[in-house]
Amino acid sequence: MEKTSMKKRIIAIVAALAVFCAGFWFFQRLLTPKYINDIIEGRLIADYYDHAGGNDVIFIGDCECYENISPIKMWEEYGITSYIRGSAQQLIWQSYYLLEETLQYETPKAVVFNVLSMKYNEPQNEAYNRLTLDGMKWSSSKVASIKASMTEEESFLSYVFPLLRYHSRWSELTGEDWEYMFKGKRSFHQGYLMRVDVRPVTSYPSKRPLPDYQFGATAYEYLDKITALCKEKGVELILMKAPSISPVWYDEWEEQMVEYSQKNQLKYINFLDLIDEVGIDFNTDTYDNGLHLNLSGAEKMAVWFGKYLQEECGIADHRGEPETVAKWQEMTDFYHEMEADQYRELEEYGYLKSYGGRPVTEEGK
Amino acid sequence: MLFTSYEFIAFLCGLFILYYLIPKKFQWILLLVGSAVFYAWAGIRFLAYIGVTTVTTWYAGTRISGIQEAGNAYYDAHKKEMDKEARKAYKADVKKKTRGWFLACLLLNLGILAVVKYTDFVIDNINAIFHGEISFLSFALPMGISFYTFKSMGYLIDVYRGKTKAQSNLAKFALFVSFFPQIIQGPISRYDKLSETLYGEHAFDPVRIRSGLMRIAWGFFKKLVIADRLLAGVKTLSAKPEEYQGAYVVLIILFYAIELYADFTGGIDITIGVGEIFGIKMEENFITPYFSKNINEYWTRWHITMGAWFKDYIFYPLSVSQPMLKLSKWSRDHMGKAVGKRVTVYIANIVVWFATGLWHGAAWNFIVWGMLNCVVTVASYEMEPLYKKFHTALPCTNRGWYDVFQMFRTFWLMGAIRILDVYRNVPTSFKQVGTIFTTGGWGSIFSADVLKLGLTGADYLVVLIGCILMIAVSIVRYRQKDDIRVNFEKRGVVCVSAVILLLVFAVLIFGAYGVGYDATQFIYNQF
Repeated sequence: MEKTSMKKRIIAIVAALAVFCAGFWFFQRLLTPKYINDIIEGRLIADYYDHAGGNDVIFIGDCECYENISPIKMWEEYGITSYIRGSAQQLIWQSYYLLEETLQYETPKAVVFNVLSMKYNEPQNEAYNRLTLDGMKWSSSKVASIKASMTEEESFLSYVFPLLRYHSRWSELTGEDWEYMFKGKRSFHQGYLMRVDVRPVTSYPSKRPLPDYQFGATAYEYLDKITALCKEKGVELILMKAPSISPVWYDEWEEQMVEYSQKNQLKYINFLDLIDEVGIDFNTDTYDNGLHLNLSGAEKMAVWFGKYLQEECGIADHRGEPETVAKWQEMTDFYHEMEADQYRELEEYGYLKSYGGRPVTEEGK
Repeated sequence: MLFTSYEFIAFLCGLFILYYLIPKKFQWILLLVGSAVFYAWAGIRFLAYIGVTTVTTWYAGTRISGIQEAGNAYYDAHKKEMDKEARKAYKADVKKKTRGWFLACLLLNLGILAVVKYTDFVIDNINAIFHGEISFLSFALPMGISFYTFKSMGYLIDVYRGKTKAQSNLAKFALFVSFFPQIIQGPISRYDKLSETLYGEHAFDPVRIRSGLMRIAWGFFKKLVIADRLLAGVKTLSAKPEEYQGAYVVLIILFYAIELYADFTGGIDITIGVGEIFGIKMEENFITPYFSKNINEYWTRWHITMGAWFKDYIFYPLSVSQPMLKLSKWSRDHMGKAVGKRVTVYIANIVVWFATGLWHGAAWNFIVWGMLNCVVTVASYEMEPLYKKFHTALPCTNRGWYDVFQMFRTFWLMGAIRILDVYRNVPTSFKQVGTIFTTGGWGSIFSADVLKLGLTGADYLVVLIGCILMIAVSIVRYRQKDDIRVNFEKRGVVCVSAVILLLVFAVLIFGAYGVGYDATQFIYNQF
């Protein structure tokens, strides 16, 4: 009798817990943002896991990475296999932990790190943290990255259970949330976020004086860690400053990067000094007044960078490998399909309706 | 450790599992350790304050009890040898011996409370009156000091009166004082009641635990879904009194009435529910207060344990004290029976309401709030005969709708007085209430303007549904004189589990917590 009662009690508890877990999981899937047609960069980090392995070059960094270089173009021109592990306002410790995680999946020949994030020495913004951290698979790297990135208002538990963060989205649910509850959408090209629209540079930002130009200790600490990790794994580290004219890149920052790269015997390329050599025209190669390059600009960057990687770093051409070619051909086809589709949308609507673009009038410009 | 924090939930889960894994005789020790951890979480240095109160009250209690027991034993043994006068003298002598311990302990602990809570208030008033510049001492207020001090002093008074036997075990007494669910906002338990279950051995009782969980979930629902969601509206309206006047003052009275009720009763639901899952029974602190038909009834339904504390330990002793009886007699002799009858009651009322106001906070708005309650209570008492005549003359006042009218009237009257708590400034509060009659703006509160108060349409919808649920639960409680949980329990385990899960998901999804919401402590934590 006692045994039966105990058994029933355990079954009841297990059943209640199962219902709770199922409900929790369901609501979590439903309420977590899908980033389908808006802020689509929110899916960038998770996209990597479908493409991990076989990349000779890994780019890490913020939007100056994932919007400024086209890995598909680099493949087409040089047969270089690359992937961009970029995310919006990716902080340097996030870059480090993403690299640490990436090296668990593959060992590239070279890693290119965009140095703009050196200007941040402390956690910045919860929304941007989410764009980088939510998409990561659970690992010790993710845990460390969350801990390093959290602002005061955040809790670790809300990363473990995103429902605790996104529960208030119940009043903003759209059909997209139901449609993409259990499936994603293919939007990226080896971590590259394509935009074909054009909004030329009309003015150059002024260099407002800063009280202190010295990069912070934490930023340096993680740059050292990135350097050490690459050395440990036998990966060549290349530092890069992408050719974005905004945010401003100060001469004082440049001096520190030059000094650091010399001290650590690293290659450092500041594309702001190579605008003409790369062939970037800010009248045609940017979609947001010079903050990021559009497809035309990103392809020019890929052409220049691919040549550099091959000549200076000896990155191999894989176009003679049937298996690799087959894999990249499929991606190349998708790339050109999207390119055509974006041009079609641009012509039809005047803006990129399905690709995160907005009508110019909506932005008040 | 806020009740609504992840830390508290983790702490509670851990404690709960351990509680039913360890031998039952150690359960109360685990609760003591848990209470110490809970208290230390707010700052280890605060343990000193509660430690002093615990040790001094326990020691004074045992000494008083010891003297009483020895006295009683001697009295019983020598009763026959003593005449009436000698017996009286002996009892007085015993009382005198205990009085020293009693007063010393009472003054010490009320003194600690007065110093840490009221010093800056006194300095502020001295500076204002004498244009002085005395610096504030800015003592950090130990968590729950008003609650645990009152609980301890209630125990001391009961021991002194011989109503309760002192607890000889210091650790057990420490658990009574620091029992974590009720340390921050009550209820202010009496030792004789709480000790019945606090130190007992409790088996894992699924029915009781489910019931407790249901109450905890309901408490979280009220706090996070209703109170914290409305908080934005209350903050917006109270932050700019010059902008939100007239009809908006009526709106803030309504908002704050809902917020305070959901916040305070939600906290008490969590407290009582936590007690239940550990097998510990606590007194109810609220019984459908907004269904009260007059102020006296209201104060028997709202914050019941506090009201009872003031009544039992201040009002009654003061009313029957020697000076008051003398005053009463003098008044009867010199001013007539009617005045003589009233004078002691009124003075005791004034003292009690002044103390109640002061207990809520070291600020004039709380004192004026207390005195307004006093005025309404006395006025209500004085108008009693008039009401009786009115009710006799109009038989329709026996109808149900008249009850509803009285509830409605009491709700708004108490809400209007409570506005002192909203603005925290006496002149502003009176001015704002005055604008209800002088400034219009009624159209605004029924227009899209209400969406500019920090609350969206979705927020209003959630609050509305939450209020409907609270009213429904209150109606059931009011009619059947019992908790609605009884109705669910009758329907079996599946029904209870479903209710708990629904509440948990409602809290998880509709709760105002996390990034984007202003995490707040329970309003009564600060008192």
